[in-house]
Amino acid sequence: MTPGPEHPGLVARLVNVGLHYGKTVALQGITLEIPAAKMVGLIGPDAVGKSSLLALLAGARAVQNGTVEVLDGDMTSRRHREQVCPHIAYMPQGLGKNLYATLSVEENLQFFGRLFGHPAAERRRRIDELCRSTGLTPFLARPAGKLSGGMKQKLGLCCALIHDPDFLILDEPTTGVDPLAREQFWDLIKHIRTQRTGMSVIVATSIMDEARNFDWLVAMNAGQVMATGSPHELLTQTHCLTLDAAFIALLPEAQQQGHREVTMPPLVVAANAPLAIEAEGLTMRFGNFVAVDHVSFRIRQGEIFGFLGSNGCGKSTTMKMLTGLLPASAGRAELFGQAVNPKDLATRRRVGYMSQSFSLYAELSVRQNLVLAARLYRVREADIPVRVAAMVKQFNLAGVLDVMPDNLPLGIRQRMSLAVAMVHQPELLILDEPTSGVDPIARDTLWQLLAELSRHQRVTIFISTHFMDEGARCDRISLMNDGKVLATGVPAELVRQRGLPTLEATFISYLKDAERLDQTTVPGTVAGAKASPGPLTGTTTRANILRPRRWFSWRRALSYSRREALELRHDPLRATMALLGSILLMCIMGYGISLDVENLKYAVLDHDQTGLSQNYALNLSGSRYFTERPPLADYAALDQRMRSGELALAIEIPPNFGRDLERGHRVEIAAWVDGSMPQRAETVQGNVQGMHQGWLVDMAIHRLGQQVVSPATIETRYRYNPDVLSLPAMVPSVIPILLLMIPAMLTALSVVREKELGSIINLYVTPVTRAEFLLGKQLPYIVLGMLNFGLMTLLAITLFGVPVKGSFAALAAGALLFVMFSTGFGLFTSTFTRSQIAALFLTIIATIIPAVQFSGLMNPVSSLAGTGAFIGRIYPATYLLTITRGVFNKALGFPGLHASFWPLVLAPPVVVGLAILLLKKQET
Amino acid sequence: MPDFVIIYRLGIKELWSLARDPVMLVLITYCFTMSIYVAATAVPDSLDKVPIAMVDEDASPLSARLAAAFYRPRFNAPAHISLAEMDAGMDAGDYSFVLDIPPDFQRDVLAGRSPAVQLNVDATRMTQAFVGSAYIQQIALGEVGDFVQRYRSSTPPLVDLNLRARYNPNLEQSWFGALSEIINNVTMLAIILTGAALIREREHGTIEHLLVMPVTPAEIMLAKVWAMGLVVVVAAGFGLLVVVQGVLRVPIAGSVRLFLAGTALHLFAATTLGIFMATLARSMPQFGMLAVLILLPLQMLSGTFSPRESMPEFVQIVMLAAPTTQFVDLGQAILFRGAGLAVVWPQFLALTGIGALLFGFSLARFCKTISELA
Repeated sequence: MTPGPEHPGLVARLVNVGLHYGKTVALQGITLEIPAAKMVGLIGPDAVGKSSLLALLAGARAVQNGTVEVLDGDMTSRRHREQVCPHIAYMPQGLGKNLYATLSVEENLQFFGRLFGHPAAERRRRIDELCRSTGLTPFLARPAGKLSGGMKQKLGLCCALIHDPDFLILDEPTTGVDPLAREQFWDLIKHIRTQRTGMSVIVATSIMDEARNFDWLVAMNAGQVMATGSPHELLTQTHCLTLDAAFIALLPEAQQQGHREVTMPPLVVAANAPLAIEAEGLTMRFGNFVAVDHVSFRIRQGEIFGFLGSNGCGKSTTMKMLTGLLPASAGRAELFGQAVNPKDLATRRRVGYMSQSFSLYAELSVRQNLVLAARLYRVREADIPVRVAAMVKQFNLAGVLDVMPDNLPLGIRQRMSLAVAMVHQPELLILDEPTSGVDPIARDTLWQLLAELSRHQRVTIFISTHFMDEGARCDRISLMNDGKVLATGVPAELVRQRGLPTLEATFISYLKDAERLDQTTVPGTVAGAKASPGPLTGTTTRANILRPRRWFSWRRALSYSRREALELRHDPLRATMALLGSILLMCIMGYGISLDVENLKYAVLDHDQTGLSQNYALNLSGSRYFTERPPLADYAALDQRMRSGELALAIEIPPNFGRDLERGHRVEIAAWVDGSMPQRAETVQGNVQGMHQGWLVDMAIHRLGQQVVSPATIETRYRYNPDVLSLPAMVPSVIPILLLMIPAMLTALSVVREKELGSIINLYVTPVTRAEFLLGKQLPYIVLGMLNFGLMTLLAITLFGVPVKGSFAALAAGALLFVMFSTGFGLFTSTFTRSQIAALFLTIIATIIPAVQFSGLMNPVSSLAGTGAFIGRIYPATYLLTITRGVFNKALGFPGLHASFWPLVLAPPVVVGLAILLLKKQET
Repeated sequence: MPDFVIIYRLGIKELWSLARDPVMLVLITYCFTMSIYVAATAVPDSLDKVPIAMVDEDASPLSARLAAAFYRPRFNAPAHISLAEMDAGMDAGDYSFVLDIPPDFQRDVLAGRSPAVQLNVDATRMTQAFVGSAYIQQIALGEVGDFVQRYRSSTPPLVDLNLRARYNPNLEQSWFGALSEIINNVTMLAIILTGAALIREREHGTIEHLLVMPVTPAEIMLAKVWAMGLVVVVAAGFGLLVVVQGVLRVPIAGSVRLFLAGTALHLFAATTLGIFMATLARSMPQFGMLAVLILLPLQMLSGTFSPRESMPEFVQIVMLAAPTTQFVDLGQAILFRGAGLAVVWPQFLALTGIGALLFGFSLARFCKTISELA
C-alpha cells in the first residue's frame, strides 16, 4: 500500500485497471489520475464503462485487475475501505436507486443518519439543514417513490451528503430530469462546493452539454479512456464548437464511419393538409393524481411533432391515450378524423408504435420479430417477405437477421424496433422516447431515418424526447411539464419569442413561469423548487464521525430492522403473506391432511335376503366409519358404482348364507375394497376385519350359544390421542412446517429484493457490517414469526379444539429458537440467489421437502435409513416436531424434552454464521 | 369474433418463447420425469420399518416367540426395554408401539385364563397408529393361537371373510403416488406457465406493443391458453406413457386418451386461472407468493392427499367449485378404476362449466387491467 503523501493533489489514482462481467469487457487498461478538490466529469454514452469505474472508486465493486487508490489507500484492502467509506458518498445511477421508495423522505434520511451512527439530535439538525437548503422541507412526509425525478435526485444527494463526505461520486444524477430541476441541481452542487472547498466531486454524464462548466473531463468509450483535460482543452484539441461534436471527433475512425450530420429537409405541407391527430382537453387521472391535465394539440399529416419534457411529465401517458392503451378520463382525441376507439382495429393498422422499452420479444430472432409483427398487422402472407426485405434494407439489419435481440447493441435494437413499427407501412408513427440511453452516433442515425420517413415517405411522426437538440429538429414541439403543455410551436419560433439563445434556456424560462403561476395559486406547495441556500456544514466536527469502528453496532443493526418493518407495512401482499399466510395454510393443512377414514360409503349385494344376512349388513352400518348406500342389484351395478368412486367398499353375501350357516357349513362372504388410495384401503380393510370378528363372536354367543374363549387378548391403549383423530395429531405437526417455510421465505425475499432493486448498494458503501445488515433484517421477521406462532397456537386451541396440555413456556421457547433458525435459513439461502423468484422457489424446496419427508411428520425418523435418516437427524424441524407433539399431545415440559432443545440452541448460530460468511460486502 | 389465424400465430410465438426459456423447460421436464419417479418410489408404505419395543415381564418361550414375529421390512426388530423406560421412550417419540407382556403370560395362556397383553400406541403417529395396531394384534394373536394349537385343538370360524382390494390388489403406494403426482403437476404447470408468460410480457413491455396492434385481449388470452395447454397435455401424455407405464411399470386401468381429453378441458380452466392471477400480481415475485397461497389449497383440498369424505362438509361443498376437485375425481376414476365416459361425464360437464365461467371472469378482469399492464 502506498502511503498518502506520495500523490498530493490526487483524490484517486488508477493504474491499468480492467474489469469484466463474464465474457463482457467493461473496462480495460484504464490508467488515470483524478485531481482532488475539483469538479471532474466522466463523459460518454451509456454502456461505455462509466458506472463500472465509479463503482470501483466507491468500493461498491471489487477490483479485478490493476490498482485502484482512493483517498491515499489501496481499495483492495478491506481495512482501508472500512476506514475511508465514511468519507466517500456514492449516488448510483437510476432515479433514487439507493432510496427506499415506500419510505418517506424523513424516514429515508433518518435511516442513512443512523447508519453513520449519528445520535438523534445530530440527525435532526443535519436533516433540517439539508432539507432547508435543497427545498425538501415541505415534502418530508411524502414517500420517496412519489417524488418527481428532480426531487428524488435531490433526496439522493441529501442522503449522500448526510455524513459530510470528502469525495462525492455521482453517477448520471440528472438523466431523465427536467432542465429546470437539472439547473437547480447543479446550482446546489456549486453551492456545496463553495461551502466545502476541499471536497472532490466526480460526476458521470451522458449529456455532454452539462459538462461544459466542469473543471476537468474524462471522455470514455468502449471501456477505455479516449481523452482527458479541461472542456476548453478538449474543444481546441478537436477543433469543435460543442462537446457533442468533440466527442464524436474523438471516436476511432471505424465508429465515425457512416456518421453524418442530420440534415432535415424543410417541411412541405399544405396548410390545409388533413389532421393526423387532434387532441382536445385530454386528461388522465389516476386516483387523486392528475397525470395529464387538459392537453390539446393538432398534428397535420406529414409533420414531425415533438413532445419535450422530463421523465414522468405525462408524455407517455398522452401517447398511450392516443393509441387506445389507456382510456382518457376526460377530453377528446381523434386519429385521422375519427375518435380513438380501442375496439377499432382498422385504425390501429394505420399506426405504428414504438415504446420506451423497445418492446421486442427477446426470445424471438430479429427476423421472427419482424414476421410476427407483419402477421399480427395482417399484412398479406404473400407480401410479408417483400416487406421484411424492404425493412432489412432500409434499416440496415442484414447482418443480424438471425440474432436474438438481447445480444445486440442498444443502437441496433432501436433501429430494429423502428423497423418492427414500420413493417405494415403505417401512415402515423408514435415514438415514445425512442432515443433514451443510446450514444450520439446511433441517435443521429435514427434521426436520419426519421427524416427520410417523414420527407420521402410522408409518414407523420409523433415523437417524445427529453433531449433538447432532438426537440430542435422537430417541425413543431410542445413543451410539457407536470401533465400540462406549457407552449406549442415551431422550435426556432419559440426561442425567438422569448429572446433567449437556446431551446433549453427557453424551456427553463417557461418552467419558471409555470412555477410562479403555481405558487400564486397554491402557496407553499412548490416552495420546494426554490432552494434557499444556507450553511450546510458549518458546525459539524469531524470527530463525530471519526470514532473508532466497532465490530458490531446495535444502532446500525436496528436501523435496518426499523426500516425493514416500515417497508413491510407498506407492502400489502408481503404483509398479508406474513400475517395471514400461516393461518390460511394451517386451516388448509389441518383439514386437508386428514387421515381419518370416516363415512366411507359402502353397499351390500345380498343374494340371501334372510334375517341373518341382513343382520350382518346392519352390523356395518352401526359404525361411525361406514355409511350405507342403497343396496346393489347385481354385479354390473357393483362394477359401475365402484368405478365411479361412489363406493369405497362392496360386500357380497352368497345365496343360502343363513341356511348354510345354521346347518354348520362353512360360508364365505366377499368384500371388495377400492384400492386406488392404498392408505385408505388399508384402514378400510382393518375396519372390515374388526367388524367381521366382532360379528362372529357376537353370533357365536347369541345365536349358537357357544362359549368362545380366546387364548389371549390384546388390550390396546391409544395414548396421547385416545380417539385416534387426525386433527389433534396433525395440528401440532403443522406448526413447525409453517414456522419454517413462511419466515424463511420472507427473510430470503427481504435480502434478495435489495439485490434486485439495487438498494443493497447501501451495504457496500456505508459503514454497516455484514453481521449488522443480516441480523438487523432478521429481527423483524423473528418478531413476525413469533406473532404467527401465537396466532397458530390460538387457532389450534379455539378453532381446532386442540388444547396445550404441557408446558407453554417450553413450547414458546422451542418456537423462538426455531424461528431464529428458520429466518437464519432464509438469510442463508438469500446469499446465493440473485432474483426474488429464484429465492422463493429455492426456499420452498429447501424447507418443505426435508420438513415433510424426513422430520418425522409422516414416518418417524427412526424408520428412516441412509441419507434420509441423516437429514432427519440434523434438521431442526425434527426436534421442534418432538417438542410441539410433546407439549400439545403428551403433556410434557422442559424436563421431558430437554434432549430436543440442544440441537435447536445450536442451529441458529450455525446458519446465521454461515450466511454472514457467505454474504459479500462488495459486488464481484 | 376472435380471429383464429391471429390466435394461432400468437400461440406459436408463445411456444417459441417457451422453447428459449431454459428455466421453464427444466421445470417441465422435471415435473413429468424425476418428480413422478420420486413420488412413486420415495413414499414408503405406511408400515415400513416401524419402531416397536417390547416390555417382556414373562421371559418365556412364548414371549420370545412373540418378539421374533416382528421383522423387517414392516417392523424394526423390537427393542427390549424395561417398564420404566417405556414412558420416556414413547414421550420422545422413539417407539410408535410398545407391547407389554405381563408376568406369567405363558402359564395363564395354557391354563385358559385368557391373559391380556397391553399394546401401547403413539396415537399422534396417525399414519401408523390405526393400521399398525390392527396388524400387530393379528400377528400377536396368531402367534399365541399357533402356540396353543400344539397343546389342544380348536375349531376354525364358520364364516370366512374374503377381503380383496380392487384396482390395486397389493395396495402398492407407488401406483397412487405416480398417478397423483401427474394430476397435481398438470395443475401447477398450467398455472405457472401461463401466469409467467403474461408477467414476462409485462416486464419486457411487449404486452403494450401487442395491445396497440390490431389484436384483441381475448385473442391474446386464447393464444396463451392453447399454447401452454398443448405443452402440458403433451408433457402429461409423455409422463403417463413413458415414465409411469414404461419405467415404473404401473398399470393404467383406463383409456389414456380419455384422460388427456379431460386434462385438456381442465387446462382450459387452469391456464385461465393463471392469467387471472397474473393480472393480480405486479411482478414475478408477487406472482410466486400468490401461487403458493392459491396452489396449496387447490391441491390439498381436492382429494389427492387425503380422501375428500373425511374433510368437513363445508370444505367439501366449497371445493366442488374448484376445477382441481373435478379433475382429480375424473383422473382417479379413469386412471385407477378404468372408468369410461359413461361414468365420468358429470365431471366433464362440470369442468366445461367451471372453465367457461373462469374464462369469462378472467377476460373481464384482463380487459379492465390492461391499462395498468401496459
